[in-house]
Amino acid sequence: MFAPFMTDTWITASIVAVIAALVGFFVVLRGAAFTAHAVPNAAFAGAAGASLVGVSSLAGLGVFSVGGALLIGLLSRKGRHDAVTALIVAFMLGLGALFLSWSTEYAPEIYSLLFGEVLGISANDVGLTAILALACLVVLAASYRPLMLSSTLPEVAEARGISSLRIDLLFLTLLALAATMAVPVVGALLMFSLMVGPPAAARAVTKHPAPAMTLAVVLALVTVWIAIAASYQTNWPIGFFVGVGSAAWYLVARVSAALFHL
Amino acid sequence: MPGFLQAVFEPGFFASGPVHAALLTGAVVALISGAVGVFTVLRSQSFAGHSLADLGTLGGSGAFLFGIGPLWGFISAGIAVGGAMDLAGSERRSARDVSTGIVLGAVLGLSALLLYFDTTSSSTTGVTITVLFGSLFAISGYTLPATVSFAVLGLGLLTLLYRPLLLSSVSPDLAAARGVRIRLLGLIFMITMGITVALASLIVGTILSPALLIGPAATALRLTRRPMAAMAIAGALGTVATWLGVLLAYDSYHWPPVGNGWPVSFFVITLIFAAYLGSGVRFRRAAQATRRTPHEVIEAV
Repeated sequence: MFAPFMTDTWITASIVAVIAALVGFFVVLRGAAFTAHAVPNAAFAGAAGASLVGVSSLAGLGVFSVGGALLIGLLSRKGRHDAVTALIVAFMLGLGALFLSWSTEYAPEIYSLLFGEVLGISANDVGLTAILALACLVVLAASYRPLMLSSTLPEVAEARGISSLRIDLLFLTLLALAATMAVPVVGALLMFSLMVGPPAAARAVTKHPAPAMTLAVVLALVTVWIAIAASYQTNWPIGFFVGVGSAAWYLVARVSAALFHL
Repeated sequence: MPGFLQAVFEPGFFASGPVHAALLTGAVVALISGAVGVFTVLRSQSFAGHSLADLGTLGGSGAFLFGIGPLWGFISAGIAVGGAMDLAGSERRSARDVSTGIVLGAVLGLSALLLYFDTTSSSTTGVTITVLFGSLFAISGYTLPATVSFAVLGLGLLTLLYRPLLLSSVSPDLAAARGVRIRLLGLIFMITMGITVALASLIVGTILSPALLIGPAATALRLTRRPMAAMAIAGALGTVATWLGVLLAYDSYHWPPVGNGWPVSFFVITLIFAAYLGSGVRFRRAAQATRRTPHEVIEAV
């Protein structure tokens, strides 16, 4: 399990878990779980398209996740947010289906883009993931205060002259960046589970931002580590352990919050 | 003129058996999706609708694994997960969003496991693609009667609950004051939606079914404020998009870059998305002309 070829897997998965928990904290705060689900799915279509054209899949992921995120942000100003998101994610997946029907890509590749294949991470991926993660952290640190204010007290933020459109687009770009980083290594579905489960569990236990974010990061890391170990032992897909584990944290947090009146 | 018709309708389009089945079942699914979709959009439950479709993957892969009929796999997963989502949720909208996400994440993990078992037990990897993307042209004859009966069941539930459901969708407080049991109603609606989406996923694939549920309904609600009219428009829009999609997919067998046809789902989704964007122009004009309160909407019913 700790063999040299697994080192890259451990490092990359840990980076992804930290970013997912930090971005996910704002996802939960803003009630944007649907958007968090939609953006990695759009990225998936981008990867399918990129393999067709023959460019690097990272380029496809980046273009599609940023494009999809901005489309959601702009169109939902004029319509129902959730309906627009549902339509755009369906449209993106439709494009993905079209690209897949053109390409001769093997089904396992598609499976790994959706459900993740962390055991095949190379040293090259680690560097790329780290750079993108750093970019996420910089954006997050730079916009922390306005983002927090507009997520918790939108009216106060508006009154202070923080444009809600600008914050929306910023948040969506952050999501897109995180998705671009995570989809090639952990898959679209796993990234979504990590962004929602641990932060929601942390929020159920404490309402203070700093402890909640720390707890979310710890829970996400533990989930990923357990998932890698279990996946290595059983050979079952890692997406299963992360998906079920993330939901289990939330259940535990809700129950303990109810029991101890947190 | 005949030359033009022949260019649009490829020779053999109307004589093809799979095309008949696709047109017929596509219309049934579009109609029920349109009716349920109007309520989904009114209640802002598009995420739940989308998730239920994604969770159909669980039913599909489970049915494949245990060797039961896919229809039963889809339907039972739809009902079970719809119920779970409603029970885990709460009245607050942002909290409901997160709890839907939690259930979705857990069940997607389970589907990953079942799909993995499917691929290892049968050594065919194609099942992932079939379950996810579906194919209108692959409908077998026996699903048609079952499809129609589940559609009728869904429509029946909707007719029965029409008035209280509408009231609780537009104004939950007013409905509660009049003694409507909101949680129970929400649960029953969720199960109805589960059946509808499961049915649609089975036939048009898990990607297309939420598009059919939400796209035509969202478009229709921009064109009219009356729920009944919106349901009719949504059903009609969905049917037209599905039929045109089947037609285009049939034509596309001779299109580049590869000669094996473009996916039906791509055409249907693109048509639905275009209709939604197109309706935006009219919507803005209409919204300026009339502004109605929820009360007026209810009076108008």
